[in-house]
Amino acid sequence: MTSQQSERNVVAPATQPRSAWPLFEVFLRSKRGLNHVHVGSLHAADPEMALRHARDLYTRRNEGVSIWVVRAADITASSPDEKDPFFAPAGDKVYRHPTFYQIPDSVPHM
Amino acid sequence: MGFDTAYEAITEENDASRWAYGTGFADPMAGVDTSVPAGIDGADLAAYCLMLGDDALVMSHRLQQWLARAPELEEETALANIALDLLGQARLLLSRAGAADGTGRTEDDYAFLRGEREFRNVRLAEVADADFAGLIARLLVFSTWRLALLARLARSADPVLAAVAARGVKELTYHRDYAAQWLIMLGDGTDYSRERAVAALSAVAPLVPELFERTAVEGRLVAARVAVDPAQLRDEVAAVIARVLTEATLDWPAAEGLAGVSGQSGGDGVHTEAMGFLLAELQSVARATPGATW
Repeated sequence: MTSQQSERNVVAPATQPRSAWPLFEVFLRSKRGLNHVHVGSLHAADPEMALRHARDLYTRRNEGVSIWVVRAADITASSPDEKDPFFAPAGDKVYRHPTFYQIPDSVPHM
Repeated sequence: MGFDTAYEAITEENDASRWAYGTGFADPMAGVDTSVPAGIDGADLAAYCLMLGDDALVMSHRLQQWLARAPELEEETALANIALDLLGQARLLLSRAGAADGTGRTEDDYAFLRGEREFRNVRLAEVADADFAGLIARLLVFSTWRLALLARLARSADPVLAAVAARGVKELTYHRDYAAQWLIMLGDGTDYSRERAVAALSAVAPLVPELFERTAVEGRLVAARVAVDPAQLRDEVAAVIARVLTEATLDWPAAEGLAGVSGQSGGDGVHTEAMGFLLAELQSVARATPGATW
């Protein structure tokens, strides 16, 4: 914003993104949901700031009652290359589903 | 039982089931008696509502001026949220003023069709910010002061003021937290951010004494248990700011209060030079096309 600040920006290598803040992934639990659901991502300097940013970006319309944030770099994800060895073997094992039971009405959240 | 029905089983009673998250919005004025209680002077109550409403309206406008200028997109949304909270408070308070003084003027009449001398906000709300640190220091003082005020106002003899204040407390708690976190980050950050934070405190300090001065209207309404005595807020505000400054490794600068004109300041309608420019922007559309709607 100030000329002093923009001079500092010039010193940074041109390949660097403008924001040096790390990326965080945001998970929200809505008041009608049981579990936290991934809703998006944001930039923040630390987890505390990420929590506040998540509040401001993702709960403006009364969406949530609980927020988790986690540094995107801390998530270990399966690779698309491993898709078949990881998931295809489960595709034909119908006996793994409890489809032969009647689930009582008094047992929710199945 | 499928995945969807499992979720339905735990749904609260809510008609808005077509919304992904439900709505659940609450009207802060629901069930509140809006007639002016017996024994309260309507003109005084209206003047007090204008003081509180103008503080929120003018501070909100200054915050809105940061949109598209904020250092990060995430901060911009945060500032917009705070501005909207304050604008919501201003709308209720200005509407209350129109009901209390019997003129029936609307919130828009007050916001867009008054001159500078008719605005009753403190001068802290109207000054422009030199930079982001300047905004943060000003927001910290403003929200700390207003939170202390609204927390007491929630017990006002006027049910509308009490309801507006009760809702505002939750909003202001977040505003204060936001500003405090940032001032700590700036003060205890780099040499450069610290330099900016120190300059910001110096700029805001002269505007603080006015917050604790009592106008004649407030004096009469304090006696009627409608208004809060601003002098009572001084200790709480000072204690909160001191805690934040300790964390931020900053010191509160010694500064004389900004002088008024013949002892008059914001609450009397006597403002700084910045106010005229602010109102010119705030009111330009309403003045150029009177009565326009869209």
